[in-house]
Amino acid sequence: MTSIETEIKVTPQVAAEHGLTPDEFARIQKILGRDPNITELGIFSVMWSEHCSYKSSRTHLKRLPTRGTHVVQGPGENAGVVDIGDGLVAVFKIESHNHPSFVEPFQGAATGVGGILRDIFTMGARPIAVLDSLRFGPITPTPGVSEEEITRNRHILDGVIRGIGFYGNCFGVATVGGEVVFEPCYANNPLVNALALGIARREELFFARASGIGNPVIYVGAKTGRDGIHGASLLASAEFSEESQQKRPNVQVGDPFMEKLLLEACLEAMRTGAVVAIQDMGAAGLTSSSCEMASRGGVGIEIDLARVPQRETGMTPYDIMLSESQERMLLVAEHGREREVFDVFQKWGLDAMEVGRVTSDGQLRVLNHGSVAADIPAHAIAEQGPVYQRPIAAPKATESRSSEFKFASAPTNLTENFKRLLASPTIASKKWITDQYDSMVRTNTRFGPGSGDAAVLRLKETKRGLALSTDGNGRWCQLNPRVGAMHAVAEAARNVACSGARPIAATNCLNFGNPEKPEVMWQFSEAIEGIGEACRALDTPITGGNVSFYNETLGKPIYPTPVLGVLGLLENAEDALGSGFRNEGDVIVLLDGAAASLSDVEASKKEQDEFASSEYAKTIYAVAAGSCPAIDLAAEKRLIDCLVKLASERTIQSAHDISDGGIGVTLAESCFTSDTGDLSAEISLNSPQAVKASERSPAEMFLFGERGARAVVSLASGSLAHVSEIAAQYGVSAARIGTVIRGEFRIQYEGVPVIQGSVDSFRRIWKDSLGKALESA
Amino acid sequence: MKFGVVQFPGSNCDDDAFHAVADIIKQPVEFLWHQSEQVAGCDAIVLPGGFSFGDYLRTGAIAKFSPVMRAVGRFARSGGLVLGVCNGFQILLESGLLPGAMMRNQRLRFLCRQVHCRVESTDTPFTCAAKQGQVLKMPIAHMEGNYFCDAETLADLERNRQVIFRYVHADGRSAGPQDFDANPNGALSAIAGICNRERNVLGLMPHPERAVESLLGSSDGLVIFRSLVASLTQRASVPA
Repeated sequence: MTSIETEIKVTPQVAAEHGLTPDEFARIQKILGRDPNITELGIFSVMWSEHCSYKSSRTHLKRLPTRGTHVVQGPGENAGVVDIGDGLVAVFKIESHNHPSFVEPFQGAATGVGGILRDIFTMGARPIAVLDSLRFGPITPTPGVSEEEITRNRHILDGVIRGIGFYGNCFGVATVGGEVVFEPCYANNPLVNALALGIARREELFFARASGIGNPVIYVGAKTGRDGIHGASLLASAEFSEESQQKRPNVQVGDPFMEKLLLEACLEAMRTGAVVAIQDMGAAGLTSSSCEMASRGGVGIEIDLARVPQRETGMTPYDIMLSESQERMLLVAEHGREREVFDVFQKWGLDAMEVGRVTSDGQLRVLNHGSVAADIPAHAIAEQGPVYQRPIAAPKATESRSSEFKFASAPTNLTENFKRLLASPTIASKKWITDQYDSMVRTNTRFGPGSGDAAVLRLKETKRGLALSTDGNGRWCQLNPRVGAMHAVAEAARNVACSGARPIAATNCLNFGNPEKPEVMWQFSEAIEGIGEACRALDTPITGGNVSFYNETLGKPIYPTPVLGVLGLLENAEDALGSGFRNEGDVIVLLDGAAASLSDVEASKKEQDEFASSEYAKTIYAVAAGSCPAIDLAAEKRLIDCLVKLASERTIQSAHDISDGGIGVTLAESCFTSDTGDLSAEISLNSPQAVKASERSPAEMFLFGERGARAVVSLASGSLAHVSEIAAQYGVSAARIGTVIRGEFRIQYEGVPVIQGSVDSFRRIWKDSLGKALESA
Repeated sequence: MKFGVVQFPGSNCDDDAFHAVADIIKQPVEFLWHQSEQVAGCDAIVLPGGFSFGDYLRTGAIAKFSPVMRAVGRFARSGGLVLGVCNGFQILLESGLLPGAMMRNQRLRFLCRQVHCRVESTDTPFTCAAKQGQVLKMPIAHMEGNYFCDAETLADLERNRQVIFRYVHADGRSAGPQDFDANPNGALSAIAGICNRERNVLGLMPHPERAVESLLGSSDGLVIFRSLVASLTQRASVPA
């Protein structure tokens, strides 16, 4: 029976419906030397979609540093690989699943986790940790946001976290960290970025490069259905309109149990030595896995669709090639050793079917019951897609509203404002969410969600440990994409260093609006510059990641939101530091990598401008304006080096960086996460002596300002002299600001009490706020 | 002395149990595949946590039909020691080797966190090295850990001192009704673990194998493995 699809005549109109421009269509005609049939058109359309081809971002991504002493594999494979010593490598990558998670939050987030896990184990690494960087619209009453929207935002959040838990918990990977941030701009376009980390022995890595003419191509895992067709092209590579919910059939459906079996079977099959190459079927499914493996290996692949395991009847070549059914892999085995592979998959009860072979002619040839359904040069689809130099234009300067709020002139009691800040969903404890994730399975989790600035994993094969943190600040990137992006790198690296680990590599998830808009492309280009500069300064090359464009609904883009995942290495996992205070009587010290403090009037104006972009300004004054804090990458580097040194000497008990909510929130969190849960702090903050009384920072700015390159550490009082000495060696200032106590949490500024209350009452606000907002959902 | 750790498709704490036995208490241990018809000369069997067969139907409902469970049943009835952790506990309930059933956690959400549970009886091969009333800090990680049984069964359990672990506060205080801080999944009578009447089969929701190294937050679970070793050592020295 001839399928209906092959009878559809491919016209420029049909090509346009597939999201291909007239130029792109002409390019296809030129490559083929003829008109494509409908299956071929479908193949080109997904492979040349923004999501798969990086056609708008490719020229910019080249500016990122991708090499370094630890890097084994940079961008271009399924995931990045870094050497972590003792013959081991860490395999890690972050990826977005934004649009599916809006259309169908539970399945969208679940399959986002599933997809990134496959990227890790397809390289021969066993996944040991997942982090999720999430952004939603407001879930608490917010000016200008309707009750209905808030309810919907809660519903989206609930679906996303249930989906993440559903997949990761069953699969058996520890979900150890990430972030959850709330801003109105994410209401109709939440961000769900999942990072996965795996471990492998260096010599056991697998790559997706087909080789060996005549070698069999084997399809393994779940059967192919019609789900997810055009997920990459229609969902991920277009803006949302009012009808976006109708795209629900384009969202894939996840089965973590199937993926767990696939993991075990793939790793076992790899150990037989009979597997030559392997790639997961993620975006663009069978199409991308076959032509990318062929293209990387410089060979061709021939597939017979009649042999592809199918879940439903009547599927056309078009359907099968474009399906994004989950939990599937394509592998190339060594000819003559197929049996060994089949035996492993049979043991795990999975389909494994020889569907084709490696050929010498470089063509992706798709056969269907004896006839040729598609015949395309594999390299041309995978590597010769369009590359765009999209127009770039800086947006018109928006009027700063930083003058809309005035600081209290004299130090005053800020306890009530402090409470509001602790209750704000971005700052409040995320335990209500992270308790729904298995954060400990596989027993490697030294510090899981909320216990340290970075998640820390010990490695059973060695004394070493790994630390991971994801960070990003869309609000700052909106104000200044270049500096905001630098902050994302710096904060992730600083978090990793606070856990005691040396940052060694990074992965990035670049969430932006429509690249066809010159202002969005300008944001993107600026962010790339910032990431590049910061990664070079901090020695954290980019090893991979993903670009997510078209994060817009009804023409309104999200804040440009580059999310950085930084990986750190601990020589000894036992040296890892948590963020909570450990012992009553310990001394609290503020480490500051920026040696000189701002002191003149000019600087203070600048400070006020920067303060207007803080979490405090947003929460208390409903202002998001001004500029993001200036960044001093050299200062960040000094602080990082100093923290790593102090941790390796075990001279400090805890470390917590200053970020959202400033030093006030940092100090409070170190109390809330203290070992026994009942430690508190008595703090006395003062402007540097050189600063004239009239020029001192307002208390609010001092307490809640978010300038980088700073961390709060605690140590035994006997270590103070030594710590000061080490800090001085690294060019970091170390100021004793208080003591770990039991009793009231007290901060005074310039001798005046500014925050005071029982640590328990503060903790309760911080701990219960998110649950209160969401339990009612 | 040899431990066996059963592997069902979807078990995901099998490696952790193996690690605890092999690398921490340093005893011989091997995996038992779900299709195995026998328990291969093992002296103690661990049914590990995870999502056997995906647990899409009801936790443990499919695993109980595995060939290995027939072998585990025979092993248990002949007095062999069987420890079921989390999904392993659920499978023991489904198999009828322990009484009662699991409902969804009271909040209907998966819950992973450190909990405290009190050793209610040291008169089992799993707790003989513990002190009566000792409080163990161990993590839970489950969606269905809300233990339930009828009043008669509960009375039986109490009368025969089959409740071995109860969720309590950190200081050992009992959890009151609706006291979800201490008894987070809402289990009947704050039951975290029970044994059979013969005391050779134990199921518990907290994960002792995740609490065997202080580096990871607690080593309180060690006492369960040490009890097993002590019991097996004693059994070996007493002629049957």
